[in-house]
Amino acid sequence: MSDPSQSRYEVVIGLEVHAQLRTESKLFSPAPVRYGEPPNHSVHPICLALPGVLPVLNARAVELAIRAALATHCSVHEQSVFARKNYFYPDLPKGYQISQYEDPIATGGWLDVPQEEGAAPHRVRLTRIHMEEDAGKSIHDPAIVGSDATWVDLNRAGVPLLEIVSEPDIRSPAEAVAYLRTLRSVLRYIEVCDADMERGNFRCDANVSLRRQGETRLGTRTELKNLNSFRFVEAALEAEIERQAGLLDEGRAVEQATMAFDPATGRTRVLRLKEDADDYRYFPDPDLVPLVVSAEQIERVRQSLPELADAKCARFEREYPLSAHDARQLTESRVLADFFEAAVAGHGDAKSVANWILRDVLRALKEQDLEIEAAALTPEALAKLLRLVDEGKTTAKSARALVPELVLRGGDPEAMVRERGLEAVSDTGLLERTVDEVIAAHGPDVRRYRSGEKKVMNFLMGRVMQRTQGKADPSAVREILRSRLEGDDPR
Amino acid sequence: MAKATVAALRAALDAGQQSARDLTEAALARAKSTQSSLRAFIRLREEGARADAAAADARREAGCVRSALDGIPVAIKDNIAMRDEVVTCASPILEGYVSPFSATVVEKLGAAGAVVIGSTNMDEFAMGSSTEHSAIGPSANPWNRKCTPGGSSGGSAAAVAAGIVPVALGSDTGGSIRQPASFCGVVGVKPTYGRVSRWGLVAFASSLDQIGVLTRTAADAAAALEVIAGHDERDSTSVPQPVPRYTDALTQDVSGLVVGLPEEYFVEEGVDPEVLASVREAVGELERAGARLRPVSLPHARYAVATYYLIATAEASSNLARYDGVRYGHRAAGAHGLSDLYRRTRSEGFGAEVKRRIVLGTYVLSAGYYDAYYRKAQQVRTLLRGDFERAFAGCDVLATPTTPEVAFALGEKTDDPLRMYLSDVYTVSANLAGVPAISVPCGLVRGMPVGLQLIGAPLDEATLLRTADAFERLAPQHVCEPPDPT
Repeated sequence: MSDPSQSRYEVVIGLEVHAQLRTESKLFSPAPVRYGEPPNHSVHPICLALPGVLPVLNARAVELAIRAALATHCSVHEQSVFARKNYFYPDLPKGYQISQYEDPIATGGWLDVPQEEGAAPHRVRLTRIHMEEDAGKSIHDPAIVGSDATWVDLNRAGVPLLEIVSEPDIRSPAEAVAYLRTLRSVLRYIEVCDADMERGNFRCDANVSLRRQGETRLGTRTELKNLNSFRFVEAALEAEIERQAGLLDEGRAVEQATMAFDPATGRTRVLRLKEDADDYRYFPDPDLVPLVVSAEQIERVRQSLPELADAKCARFEREYPLSAHDARQLTESRVLADFFEAAVAGHGDAKSVANWILRDVLRALKEQDLEIEAAALTPEALAKLLRLVDEGKTTAKSARALVPELVLRGGDPEAMVRERGLEAVSDTGLLERTVDEVIAAHGPDVRRYRSGEKKVMNFLMGRVMQRTQGKADPSAVREILRSRLEGDDPR
Repeated sequence: MAKATVAALRAALDAGQQSARDLTEAALARAKSTQSSLRAFIRLREEGARADAAAADARREAGCVRSALDGIPVAIKDNIAMRDEVVTCASPILEGYVSPFSATVVEKLGAAGAVVIGSTNMDEFAMGSSTEHSAIGPSANPWNRKCTPGGSSGGSAAAVAAGIVPVALGSDTGGSIRQPASFCGVVGVKPTYGRVSRWGLVAFASSLDQIGVLTRTAADAAAALEVIAGHDERDSTSVPQPVPRYTDALTQDVSGLVVGLPEEYFVEEGVDPEVLASVREAVGELERAGARLRPVSLPHARYAVATYYLIATAEASSNLARYDGVRYGHRAAGAHGLSDLYRRTRSEGFGAEVKRRIVLGTYVLSAGYYDAYYRKAQQVRTLLRGDFERAFAGCDVLATPTTPEVAFALGEKTDDPLRMYLSDVYTVSANLAGVPAISVPCGLVRGMPVGLQLIGAPLDEATLLRTADAFERLAPQHVCEPPDPT
């Protein structure tokens, strides 16, 4: 915390993430899981809690939960129990949510959050992972429903969620965001969750408390609900920390409460105090038998796990001539890492491929607000483009200019170079004339070179490239320049 | 029409003496003519039943009879869903609610060719022992219209006893099939928990509820149970075990059968001595036919009623939360805001007994009481299961009275819920332990039927049915009909 009023306090944060599992159907019903359907279209009598329905557990959801548990070093329990969390709300059709309470599917893992280069990763312990069903959506917006009505959309009711609960091991809003990014990356790597915050399939609640530096007991915590973007997570935590610090500075107590963050005002407000909290009357759901997962099944899932980011990063550093930083960046997403390896397979020079991806491809993606998954550029096309540069058929500068278009629309780099007249100029006569013009125009620099300042070569190269609008084949230019400057040619 | 059994009606169909349409018309007519005196039905399914009967006749004509129940009129309790039909659980909160799907048991009855003629009266949401807690008013006992037929499947028991249908489905959470069977002098089977799918049974207490059959004879019960039993992927608590052919198990032989007599259920206290004498006499009949009697102990049975009312109400409080006026069923008019909508809808829609149990169950599960009540009850339940396991290590069946007394007068216990709850004293332990049990008529006391309860080992319905069938043949005088109730 930069604010001095807060530096007297240590911030303690624990996060609860709700990640939507990538299944075809809901957790206890055959209704399809689809995004963007008209309201109440992805439903089944089970989702509507019609009289006489019974839940049947989705086996695929269990497998995905085990994947997530193994990828985060949790112990998967051979027996876990679904419980009913009872409360009344119009978007909760049964009057209870089926969740896991006393006996979750997994407990006790950890996640290593990468730090600045050189620093050891920050290990955040995980308390537990459990499975539960989502509620539906209540729509209160008067513009949609008319004055004071509420409409209910049950498309989301029963969608499978994983709740991933961290220990209070996080010490700042920035660390919280770093943890969430790492967790999101892991869940995407193992294809358990799309982790798209905008679609609400990766949501976060944060528990936050302050204590005086050096104090070992935890302070009274508040819970921030429904933080739906990384930006909100950070802003909401900052605001809540400031609010709590303000209270403590005045000698007042923080009350245990559930808070909401209002992005418009940048402040948090009390939703309800603990004494008003619902009594959820949890008890094991008698419609479901305990979930039993055999050691063999756990092992089978373990075998099917893809190489995870940390392992991949270490391998990239080992197998390719990459810095730790570059390896980390390339392995942040599994799709990007796969793209890199496919491009290396088609080109051969890993260092060069890495540079092009990290510099040009990522920039183009960022400019066009795309994820690598959505890019039209194929690894094969990138490899081809780099080969054209290597072979002197076009220049790096021209190639670079093509990247945004390749990212957006794809295409054959060779054809694009040809059609746009971006072939490298390797006409020796033209290049020699240009080199001579540059030498003539930069007498002092030529003298500096000849007196031993060899790096002046790059400056003179740049001048030649400028005069040829970047189309000159750099290796040819370098050759001609060297022969002129080293004086084997008297001119 | 004579109060016929499945076997007799089938013989009439096979001989071409009667068509399925004839049987259905007769059943509908009798249901209507007895309705004012018995109120056995909540709703008749006249058009649907006639169409199904015609289809059954066509099948018979074409020589493709589906099962022993093809063309036989049956009734279902009004907590069992049937596609495009109203299902209300005798509750105002579900008035007019039409189910878009059928219960598994209804699908199975349909596949067997049985003709569902209507839905029977019951205590609201199956909560009660007298069928007095019904939105349409109480059913009466065909043996004495001033008496209750028992409950909660009282309409089903009355319909079978009055000879309207030879088979009716009921549900049994704490004795709701066996107690009315006993009161009405018919056979009632509560299968092993998980033997019959609960898909489409409107839940009361999920870990105890089980659909079963009420019939005039054990042989009919075997035929009907054979149709409705079996594993169902739509019910996670359903048992993935094949169903034996119960009708083949009826060997009439009980020699060597070991009948355990739980000493806790043969004490004189709290039971009508004449009822106990009837049951002792029935057990003696089995002994004379070669069965061996053995005293056994179920030391935790004394806690069964208390345990049952904790678990059943806890589960009910959660199961009935869905009736909130938001999506279907009754919705209070003129509510101001959400809490008011809930309060009014549920206050108007539920009867007193249902409210009593929701309040009890909510309390049982609430913070600070869960360990003392719900968790403790589950622990006792485990101990009780152990009692039964030990008993069945040395016995084939256990014999007890089904109820401590014969049918009581309508209105006698409605103001005294605790006394009402105690009429479940012999039946609830089978639900808590998940084991099968049957009630079979074994005599009359002051002109009203007495039931012998036989309890079996898990999934051993066959031995129960064999024993009950053998008993009927040993003492045929007990298979009798009430004086005409019309």
